[in-house]
Amino acid sequence: MRKAFLATAMAAAVALPTAAMAQDDTIKLGVLVALEGAFAEGGKDSVRNVELALQQHDFMAGGKTIEYVVAPSDTTPDTAVRQARKLIEQDGVDIIIGPLSGSEGIAMRDYAKTIPDKTVINGISGALETTWVDPADNFFRFNLDGAQWGAGLGTYVVEEKGWDRVATVAADYSFGYTNFLGFAVDFCRAGGEIVERFWVPLGSSDFGGVIAAMPDDIDAIYLGVGGTDAINFLNQYRQAGADTNLIGGTIMADQTVLTSRGRAKQALIGTPTSGALAEDNPDPAWQDYVQAYQDAFPEDERFPTPSLFGVGYYIATLAAIEALNQVDGDLGNGQQAFQEALANLSLETPLGTVELNENRQASGTVYINEVQEGPDGNLVNVMVGKKEGVNQTLGMTPEEFRAMGLPSRDTPDCEALAASAG
Amino acid sequence: MAVFDTTEPQTAGAGADRAWWERIPAAWWALLALLVVLPAFANDFVLFQVMGWTFILGMIALSLMFLAGYGGMVSLIQMSVAALAGYMVAIFGTSGMAELSMGLPWWVYIPVAIVIAAIFGTIVGALAVRTEGIYTIMITLAIASAFFYFTRQNYAIFNGYSGFNLVVPPQLFGVDWRQPVPFYYLTGAMALVCYLAVIYVSRAPFGLVLQGIRDNPRRMAALGYNVTAHRIAAYTFASVIAALGGILLVWQNAQIAPGTAGIPAVIDILVIAVIGGIGRPIGPFIGALIYVLLRTFSPDVLTAIGFEGERFKLLVGLGFLALVFWSPDGVLGMWDRWRAGRARAGDPLTGKGGQ
Repeated sequence: MRKAFLATAMAAAVALPTAAMAQDDTIKLGVLVALEGAFAEGGKDSVRNVELALQQHDFMAGGKTIEYVVAPSDTTPDTAVRQARKLIEQDGVDIIIGPLSGSEGIAMRDYAKTIPDKTVINGISGALETTWVDPADNFFRFNLDGAQWGAGLGTYVVEEKGWDRVATVAADYSFGYTNFLGFAVDFCRAGGEIVERFWVPLGSSDFGGVIAAMPDDIDAIYLGVGGTDAINFLNQYRQAGADTNLIGGTIMADQTVLTSRGRAKQALIGTPTSGALAEDNPDPAWQDYVQAYQDAFPEDERFPTPSLFGVGYYIATLAAIEALNQVDGDLGNGQQAFQEALANLSLETPLGTVELNENRQASGTVYINEVQEGPDGNLVNVMVGKKEGVNQTLGMTPEEFRAMGLPSRDTPDCEALAASAG
Repeated sequence: MAVFDTTEPQTAGAGADRAWWERIPAAWWALLALLVVLPAFANDFVLFQVMGWTFILGMIALSLMFLAGYGGMVSLIQMSVAALAGYMVAIFGTSGMAELSMGLPWWVYIPVAIVIAAIFGTIVGALAVRTEGIYTIMITLAIASAFFYFTRQNYAIFNGYSGFNLVVPPQLFGVDWRQPVPFYYLTGAMALVCYLAVIYVSRAPFGLVLQGIRDNPRRMAALGYNVTAHRIAAYTFASVIAALGGILLVWQNAQIAPGTAGIPAVIDILVIAVIGGIGRPIGPFIGALIYVLLRTFSPDVLTAIGFEGERFKLLVGLGFLALVFWSPDGVLGMWDRWRAGRARAGDPLTGKGGQ
């Protein structure tokens, strides 16, 4: 009887998924996205945006019908690879769109090498290493990485704000390092000086020690933490009576912080940040996209404007559709023609034109925003500038960039950068 | 103590005369044969992902079942022990993080990984055995979460948030053990070895003493047994099983990161053991199979019946809730009750008609 139970379970395992291998006139997309954990809301927005991009093209590309399967992950690399394997081996998808978070991206880069005749288009994961260290030939990333998102901010604070001595407080993990590196490279080359670096564990609640140790003679504090960590820091910072200027990392001044309760967030007014998008970007491509997003979903089932995660998946889906159109849906011969089309794509996106480099990593625009008080007293991000054509090596030669080292607590070396730029 | 759970009622004398293979019921041989020939008709995904993962999780849950079922100690440290063994394989063996991995040969790093994990498990056991019940759960959970945060913060040894990637099994005897069929047989064989080891130990004097300690520690102490030493030794034995599972897990994922032993993963092992039933060693494997099937296919089931796939956790949770509600002692308990019901179904006067 136990045998019968096991046999039934196994039969279920074999038979359950509607063994839908892609037919000749159908192309299957697998959407690998975090639907559990800290990014679950962003993950849901990602699925909406894939749907939106496909709707806009009537679920057709290259003369073939496009279907998609969602594989939920929980932001751990283990689960991401498991789910990717399920998409490829069980659901029989042709193209994977995803993943969402940094360490998943690195794991997917390695997994992609084991499936050379399939294609992975990154969702929104932003680890530098994914397309910089030993990249996979069939892994394409149409969003900027975490370091690129920091570019432009340093020049802006030095030249527009006149802040050239900063202390930094950033999250002690890979995205914290990477995003900080983008800011620091730009900042140091523009003549700024980093007086002291503080690294705080992800999920910190006590910043008292950091705030007490903060040097006095600084123009601003770079704050590379996000979510509840940022709110905790701002609360304690205010209570300590400190009122230095702030500079924000990419995830610092997002909606979770701006809409938090309490007065601590008032400290944020006038804080510049940089990132992949600006909500009030006047560019018609962005405005049209936001309009389409708002029209496609009822107000209580979406964010007011598309989230960073959503935009990433939207652009990745656009890239897949565009490349499929160019090759007339031909995925034969190990998807060679398709992958070549992707690599040479010059993609018009809501965030401007995106092109890939030899590592299949996007170069594009970084937006500089500043937190301001809106008409009804709440805080909003206002676009104050943008830097176009930011590439993977942040304007350096690949040799210089490689010599600087991978992002870590002590990389980049600010003085060396200032010397080489000066 | 019917560990093999022989399905036919038999007298002790009759059983002793028969050869050992005759004492194992035919159903078990059929199950084994089914598992051996499974690669002939199952696809790679089922072999590698579903069955491979089932065997691995089953082994880790088996180590918990040994502690909880025979020793009465519910330990939440087993996943951390497994992950530590996986980390050791990555650190002493080869990985994509060449500057942190030592690149030693497999016959060095596998024993080293098992020994280090066993030492870790033993130390945790030594701390935990002086407590009972919920306090054991608390102390092991505390150490498990400390392990998670430590691996996430420590860059010098554990490479922090990113962990290690490209950790693959050695190419032994010219076989790529990460191919689906070899990996299926590798995990299956290891699971069988661990299963038989647990059965053997549970019937050996050590296991009998352990069960005695579970039922009445004071009486066992009065009989002259060292209760603490037996409990710690049980942790050591369970750690070796968990370590084997952890090594296979890191090979299957080809990478290891702090999330591998995060709090959800630690709890999942407990859930697997409870679902399957901690009465007998087969329970954890049944639990693992159910868990893997739910984890893998619940989004498809939801989509098929018209719900949003992103609510897949709902189905997983409801499944577990239902099982625990109707059968607190897991699938094994359900099965036992069903069999008992069948046996009673006979005519109460004549005794005929029952099984």
